[in-house]
This record gives sequence, C-alpha cells and structure tokens, in this order.
Amino acid sequence: PLLVLAFSVCFVVCNLLAFVFQMVEKGTSLLKKLEMNVSEAEKRTGKNSVNMQETYTVYLIETRSAHTDLNTPVPDMLWRRYSEFELLRTYLLVTYPFIIIPPLPEKRAEFVWHKLSADNLDPDFVERRRVGLENFLLRVASHPLLSNDKIFFLFLTDEKGWRDAVLETGFQDKVDSRLKSLSASFRVKNPDKRFTALKQYSDELNTAISQLLRIRARVADRLYGVYKVHGNYGRVFSEWSAIEKEMGDGLQSAGHHMDTYAASIDDILEEEEHYADQLKEYLFYTEAVRSVCRKHELIQYELEMAAQDLTYKKQQREELATGTVRVFSLKGMTSKLFGQESQEQREQKLMALEQDIKEGEELLKEKNQECHEFVQSAWKDIERFKEQKDRDLREALISYAIMQISMCKKGIQVWSNAKECFSKM
Amino acid sequence: MMSVGAPKGLPSSGQKPITEMIHPLSAVEEPLSPAPEVTVNAGGDKDTGLTNGTPVETSSPASVSSLFNRLQLDDDLDGDASTETRDLFVTVDDPKKHVSTMETYITYRVSTKTTRIEFDLPEYCVRRRYQDFDWLRIKLEDSQPTHLIPPLPEKFVMKGVVDRFSEEFVETRMKALDKFLKRVADHPVLSFNPHFNAFLTAKDLNKRQGLALLTKVGESVKYVAGGYKLRARPAEYASMGDYLDTFSGKLGTMDRIAQRIVKEQSEYLTELREYGTVYSSWAAVEEELQRPLEGVAGSVSTCCRALEDLSENISQDFLPVLREYVLYIESMKNVLRKRDQCQAEYEGRLEAAVLRRQEDRTPIPAEVEKCQDKVECFNADLKADWERWQRNKRQDFKQILTGMADKNISYYEKCQSAWESLITVLQDKQTDDKTRQGPFGRCFKALSSSL
Repeated sequence: PLLVLAFSVCFVVCNLLAFVFQMVEKGTSLLKKLEMNVSEAEKRTGKNSVNMQETYTVYLIETRSAHTDLNTPVPDMLWRRYSEFELLRTYLLVTYPFIIIPPLPEKRAEFVWHKLSADNLDPDFVERRRVGLENFLLRVASHPLLSNDKIFFLFLTDEKGWRDAVLETGFQDKVDSRLKSLSASFRVKNPDKRFTALKQYSDELNTAISQLLRIRARVADRLYGVYKVHGNYGRVFSEWSAIEKEMGDGLQSAGHHMDTYAASIDDILEEEEHYADQLKEYLFYTEAVRSVCRKHELIQYELEMAAQDLTYKKQQREELATGTVRVFSLKGMTSKLFGQESQEQREQKLMALEQDIKEGEELLKEKNQECHEFVQSAWKDIERFKEQKDRDLREALISYAIMQISMCKKGIQVWSNAKECFSKM
Repeated sequence: MMSVGAPKGLPSSGQKPITEMIHPLSAVEEPLSPAPEVTVNAGGDKDTGLTNGTPVETSSPASVSSLFNRLQLDDDLDGDASTETRDLFVTVDDPKKHVSTMETYITYRVSTKTTRIEFDLPEYCVRRRYQDFDWLRIKLEDSQPTHLIPPLPEKFVMKGVVDRFSEEFVETRMKALDKFLKRVADHPVLSFNPHFNAFLTAKDLNKRQGLALLTKVGESVKYVAGGYKLRARPAEYASMGDYLDTFSGKLGTMDRIAQRIVKEQSEYLTELREYGTVYSSWAAVEEELQRPLEGVAGSVSTCCRALEDLSENISQDFLPVLREYVLYIESMKNVLRKRDQCQAEYEGRLEAAVLRRQEDRTPIPAEVEKCQDKVECFNADLKADWERWQRNKRQDFKQILTGMADKNISYYEKCQSAWESLITVLQDKQTDDKTRQGPFGRCFKALSSSL
C-alpha cells in the first residue's frame, strides 16, 4: 500500500508536469500573443517583372496584440499578394522540412461545377481565397514551432523589408533538387516502415478527397438542374391560373412558391462551397505530408550512402593491409599486370585511407544524428497533424450534415406552403 | 310513358345471351327511370343502330322541361358529392395474366355493388380485359352522343418500348380503368346506360365488334352528312372551346416539365449513388474517421432511396392524370363539335322551312321542331356535363397537386432525419474523445484505479 501510494503520487506528478509542458508549448505559439486576420481584398494594377501591365489582387493583413492593455492597441496592417504568400510558404518548406507545412488555398479554381466561375478575379473566388489565406496564417501562427519563426513575424509586420529579409536567409540554396529527391525515393534500401505507411496513407487520402471533390461538383450540377426546372411550374401555374375561376388564386400563389423553390438552390450550393474548401485544404495537406516523407527518404538515402561508402573504404583498407584482393578492382588488375606497388606507396595510400575513414565515420555519425533528429521531430509533428486532421474533418462532416438539414427544412417549408395553396384551390 | 311490352333497361341490340339474363319478375317499371331513356331517345331516336330501341314519344316541350328539372336535381346531388346518395359502386382490381396460344393479355376484376333495381343482383363480379372497356366506351359514345364520355388510358403501346406486362404499367392502367368506370357510375345518365349494365353484369360480353365498328362509322357519317355549317357559335360554347384549347396546352407543358424533372432527378440520383460510395472507400483508409465517413455514406444512400420513391410517384400518379385529362379534353371537344353540328342542322332546316313557308305557305314541319328539341337537349346535357367535368377537374387536380407536394415533403423529411441521426452519432463520439484525452482525466482515472 505504501508503495502503491508512492507510485500513484509519482504518476500524478508526471502527468502534472506533462500538462504544464503542454501549456508552456501552447503559450509559445504566436497566436497567443498576436491576433491576426485577412480582412479585405483589393484589385491593383501595376507593372510586373517583364514590365507589362497586369491586374492582381492584394489582401489586407491586420494584426493586433492579444493582450488587452489599458491603451487599446492600434492594429497594424499591410497588403500582401498571393505570390508573397507563396514565397513565405516555400521558405517554410525549406527551413522546416520535418514539419507538415499548412497549405495555401488553390491558385486557380478547380473542381468547379458549371455555375461557379473559374475566373481568378471573380469576387466569389477572391472572397473564398481571402478566407483560405487567413486560415493559412492562423494555422502557421498556432503551430508550436513555426509560429516562432522570425521571417513569419516580419511577413506580418514589415511590408517593405520582408522580401529582402527572406531572400537573405539564403533558403533558396537549400532547396533539394527534384532529381535528387526522386532518385532517393527509388534507391533507398531500408525506409522507415512508419514513413512508408504514412506516404501510402497520404496517397490514399489524396485519391479519396480528389474523387470526392470531383463527384461533389457533378452532384451539385445535377441538383441545380432539378431545382431550376421546378421554376417552370411557376410560369405554367401562373398562365393556367388566368383561365381558371375558383382554382386561379391557389394556382397563382403556388406558382410563386415554385419560383422561390427554384431560386433557393443558389444559396444552398454557395454554402456548400465552404465544405469543399475544407476538404481542399486537406487535399493540399497531403502534398505537404508527402514532402516530409520525401525529405526523410533523402536523408535516409544519404545515411545509407555514407554507411555504404564507409564500408567500402574499410574494405579497401583491409585489402591494402593484408594484401588480399577480395573484390575485383581495376587497380588490383593493373598492379598485377604492371607490377606491385612499392611498400612506400602502400603506406601512403593506407594513411590517406585512414584519414578518409575517419572523416567517413564522422559523416556517418552526423548523418545518423540528422536522421534520428529528423525522425523524432517529424514524427511528433505527424502525430499532431493526425489529431488535427481527425478533429477538423469530423467538424467538416458535422457542418456538412447541418447544411443538408437546413436544405431539407427549406424544402419542407416551400412545399408546405405550396400544399396550402393547392388545398385552397 | 313507358311501353310495357319491349324489354326495357337491358340492351336489345341482339345480344341474346344478355337478354337471357333477365328475370321476368325484375322487369318492373319504375316511374322515375324512364327519364334517362327519354334523354337517350330524344337525342338519338332518329339514329340507326341505337341499342336501346324503345320507341317513346318525347318531342313535347313538357317532357323536355321535366327533363331539365331532373337534371338540375341531379346536379345538386352531385354537388354534395356525398356517398349517401350513391347507389352504385364499381371497383377495378386484381389484374391477372392470361396466356393462350393466340395471345397473351391481362384481365381485371370488375366488382359492382348496387341497390338499383336495374340490376338483378346486389353484387356482381366479372373479369374484363382492355378490349371490353374499349367496347363499352364506343357503345357509350354512340348511344349517348350528347354526353361527355370519360377517357380510357392509351390503347396502343409500342411493343418494343413499353413492357405491357410490367407491374408498373399494369398498375397505372388499372387505376385509369377504375377511374373510368367510377366516372361512368357517378354520371346520372351514363350510369343507367344498358351497355354499362351489361358490362358490369354479363358473364360473357358478346361484343359483336364488327357491328360496333359499323355503328361508329354510321354515327359520324350521320353527323357529317347533313353538311350544315354553323353560322354563329354561341358565346358560351365558344369560350368553352377556347378554355379547352388553352387548358390542353397547359397540360402539355406540365407534362413536359414533369418528365424533365424525372429525367433530372434520375441523373442526380446516378451521381448521388457514386457520391455515397466514395465516402465508403475513403472510410476504408481511415481509423478515427471511419465511422463518421461510413455514417455520411449511409445518410446519402437513405436520401437516394427517398429520391427513388419521389420520382416513382411522379411517373405513376402525376403524369397519368395529366394525360388522361388531355384525352378528356379531346372527348369534350368532340362533343362540342357534335353540338355545333346539331345546331347547324336545326338552323339550316329552319331557314329552308321558313323560306318555303314564305313561298307557298307550307307550315314548318314537325321535323324542324324536333331538331330544335334536339339542340336544346344537347345544350342542356352539355352544360350539365361541363359543370360536372369542371368540378371533377378541380377535385382531381387539387388531389394530384396536393399529392405532389406531400411526396416532396415526405422526401425532405426522410432526408432530414437521415442527416439528423448522423449528427447525434458524430457529436456523441466527440464528447467521448474529449473526456478521454484530458490530462487531468487521465490522472483521476489512474488515481482511482490505484486506490
């Protein structure tokens, strides 16, 4: 019993500590200190990089201190265009390759159903993009690690100087070439099983959400058709009511309800776009997940290469030391043909090799460390992401169900009204 | 008024098997019943092939006015639409397929319940096929040319396109045949028609199709042979014609709209089904989200089923009535045409007679007066039937439109409950997780388990 008590006290203390750590972590996220939103969008015209006139949209970012001081803080504000957001994100991708970086809203409208405009300058598209950009900033600002990034802070606060600052970090040099990543993906021998599973899951999620968005757009199209055809009833009831005596009034009013019914679909489908946007965010998130997996593969590959290289060099040393040729080599052949090397030459070679091996061991250690750290940090973020994803998508499904219920209620209302008109015929 | 000798109340166009059915004792004359026959004769005593055949003098104005009175009384009763005054109930049900070496066809059970003395028994049960209904309709049209005969469902169906033996088709047709008989049964004049009686009661309907066809031809020849042209159509009949034309147009439009809706709904349904399956396949790759996603797939498929019901209703209940009324309108227009002819004949004869009288003082022949009576009777019948038709039309359309609204409401209610039950499932899980993941929650659980 005493032992049990001691154990339970320890247990409680541990949990409390964990809790405190969590709080501290949360406390460091920028969002606790700074409120932010993307409040407006405006059209601008200016000269682009090739000195041609272009029209583009800028978004207003407002920031304000979260602490309610006695002196109410004046909100800071600056304008950013989409390409600047893209630059920020690329910087984050390179600088934190083990983090799943939140995605940006889509550059061009995709998965559109016919009524929705695919034009980037269309006000509805701009509005939805504004919301998406705000969402992006909030996600970054609530991330325990990303939120502390200086460049991110400058993005929010320094309109003019930010660009130079980000370029000065030299992040562009750190970008892994596509070729390098691809070849790594193919050649890695012992990938971490968890990452392999994660990559597969992210591909499956990508497929599922793409399919869903595609079909949802088709469903929206068809539903639109069904509602709009009912509008024809409105017209014919009105015409018919003109030749009727007792039935006239009932028919006429019923016709109006049919018109209302047909018109109601526009708002319904517009609301559903928000659901589509929520799904799209996670569709784009899968890209970020794949990105982390690819980085892991690259690091793993380099580690394997370093190990392989070291092994090879050690083998060479052994050969040189013992004089046995275990592996066929051109050098070995030539020495057989043209005579053996002198003892001196051999000693020199051995020394150089020893140096190489030392460096190789250092490199291996580094790579091991790098890999280990990467896996640690990445996996922590992946767990965080999984929970966030499950939470967010469940919320999205709930709000979708609520939308459907609202649509049903509207339908019942309109048809009940029409029914009353019919009964008065 | 009533001639005693000839068998009355039952058709005597030579259909021997039916006359054999007469029970001598049942041929008791009812003072009221002559009136319908008066109508029949007034309209058609000049016609060949009239199946009633009972010679009655009816041209005196007195009888015509009493006829008017009786019709007005009937109208009031119809206006009440109360079953208390109805003494004849007819139902069509129980379709059965018959296969013979020559052909395959469907028969329907026609059940009759009545207290009328024109019927020997209070109940009858016979089997009839579409041909028989068609025969009846032709007979009614011939014997009651001044009345509006309700329409039958389409006779010919393209064998390749429509399955004549599918449950849906048979069901729809049966409902229409039932409606047809009920309308005839509710008509104060048509329901007493001997052919109708035979249809409801005879074991074997010996139809003599050939004769019927000749009769039909005879009729139309009769009406056209006069070659009289109507000078001026009275306003009220002209407006009836206009109404029918416009209404027919609107019905056609509604038919097209309803068909379009069914088509759009069917395409929507196809996409919706695939939509549901995508949620299921997504659920397969998830852990925590599996149940919610499967839940969404389930709700979607419930909505699919509800939509199927809605579309079915439009095809089976709404469209057939629209089409029936288009046929009804054609029928009514025919009657209007016949009325015009009747009037034209009278006016023509009158004009000729007046001229002759002017020339050589020949008095207006009795024929002309008979013609006038014909016209007046026709007009009276027509107006009565028009009023009845308008009332029925109002009832019928009120019913199908209300029905359409009800089905839509029911569809949305089903969908709503599917989504509402999903939300409770999703939200319950949420509160579950929250209590589970709280660090303090874990502490307390650990403490309580160790003590």
